[in-house]
Amino acid sequence: MSRDPRRTFARTAATLVDEDLSVALVYAEISGQFFGDVERRHPERVINVGIREQLLVSTGAGLALTGMRPIVHTFASFLVERAFEQIKLDFNHQDVGGVLVGSGGSFDISGGGRTHQAPGDVALIDTLPGWNVHVPGHADEVEQLVRLAVSGSGRDYVRVVGQQNRTAFPVTPGRFRPVLAGSRGTVLAVGPMLDPVLEAVAGLDVSVLYASTVRPFDGRGLRAALNRPDVVVVEPYLAGTSARLVNDALADLPHRVLSLGVRNEELRRYGSPADHIAAHGLDAAGLRRSISGFLAESADFAPVA
Amino acid sequence: MVLGMTSTQTLPEHKGYGYGDLRGLMSLMTGDEKHTAAATSTLDVVWVLYDRILDVTPETVDDPARDRFYLSKGHGPMAYYATLAAKGFIPVDWLADWASYESPLGHHPDRNLVPGVEISSGSLGHGLPLAVGTALGLRAQGMGSRIVVLVGDAELDEGSNHEAVELAGALGLEGLTVVVVDNRSSTHNRPGRIERRFATEGWSAAVVDGRNHAELELALKQRTPGRPSVVVAQVEEKF
Repeated sequence: MSRDPRRTFARTAATLVDEDLSVALVYAEISGQFFGDVERRHPERVINVGIREQLLVSTGAGLALTGMRPIVHTFASFLVERAFEQIKLDFNHQDVGGVLVGSGGSFDISGGGRTHQAPGDVALIDTLPGWNVHVPGHADEVEQLVRLAVSGSGRDYVRVVGQQNRTAFPVTPGRFRPVLAGSRGTVLAVGPMLDPVLEAVAGLDVSVLYASTVRPFDGRGLRAALNRPDVVVVEPYLAGTSARLVNDALADLPHRVLSLGVRNEELRRYGSPADHIAAHGLDAAGLRRSISGFLAESADFAPVA
Repeated sequence: MVLGMTSTQTLPEHKGYGYGDLRGLMSLMTGDEKHTAAATSTLDVVWVLYDRILDVTPETVDDPARDRFYLSKGHGPMAYYATLAAKGFIPVDWLADWASYESPLGHHPDRNLVPGVEISSGSLGHGLPLAVGTALGLRAQGMGSRIVVLVGDAELDEGSNHEAVELAGALGLEGLTVVVVDNRSSTHNRPGRIERRFATEGWSAAVVDGRNHAELELALKQRTPGRPSVVVAQVEEKF
């Protein structure tokens, strides 16, 4: 079994703090079990603010105002949703950079219920200009993308979740990666959705693109990969989050888009992440049903051109 | 109170503007001699900071080791703009058409538009948490610079401030000073609450007359090793 993505983030962050005097790590209790050693080595640059998430985000931005590169971490629900105005004003409006790393995602903490689930994190970040959004699908990609984000100077959100693909890809910043070539449509699989997508489309003759960085959105790469203007987007967060960008990329072309992801209704169930993946139709069987239906509709309404 | 100091006595290097000129500079923005209470309540604190406390000039606004001033209570920024103009950070001729579409000076300041402005403020409860991060950043880089934040007493209603007060006290951020301009405008306020709350969290606390320049200067220069400091600057009650 491959490495755990969240532990990989923690180890990578610690290494970056060791390597670079301008890097600071700010967290709010969460993941503290992984940060003890690096905090002892660098107490000036590894800061646990306690259960204070507004302060967490503002502290990161305040560090950036002195020229440091902050890594700011807690669960996505508290990082992006609870402290959203701090992201909007203290990073965007001040115009400083930083790397926000949210763990837990849509349903890692399935047994915790709605309070610890943040399927809307990327949609919320999308209301703000200029964020790079990374959705690694494998622990090795977590390491690559966190390193990439910290080495830059912009605003980066890294979404670290437990679900991962069997194989990692080398990250290609700003570019989607063609994985399968077919003729009956194109499926864009985001992060950990790749493995279930590949299983779901076996024998369906579709192209598959893989994205571990979704903002900026590689509309040109999507366009280049199209065999016909039928696109399915499979995202591990709120369904439809990237639909606007797909439509922008194909604005001059009659096209169809199917947006798959976490449904907006509150599930009110506990259980395992696998239960939630299935409940939202994001397991291979659910995806195959949705994608097959979409492709069949396409056959009924054959494109004019 | 120190009033009416002439510019040649105090600021020959800064185009000749002194404290006595601030109300005239503010009237360029208001169009008359009346000012809002919010603008005026901060006047003496902001002036004393730039005139006697902060180690920052128009030439050092980008120096990493400069002292910083974060105006967290961003509404009513006329006294701030007037002081920045008097001290040469911004041209005086920016003042007259402030808040117009073409002007870099808004009803809430924007650090990306105004030289010398350190944070963009307006939404309450952001300046002090940002300042905690900045104090940590300066400390981590071995810089002894001061970071002074101005908040209003009603701004302290916002819970984010209390997260910051607790952490700054716990970490002993001695580079950090908060000035609370207290015009008793907080709803549900309690007399004496502000200084007691900061002191409970390990801050050194002083209460002064927010119109008395000598008292403000003394309190702002007072530092306690290993502790952040708060100066409660009491001014006349709002309304």
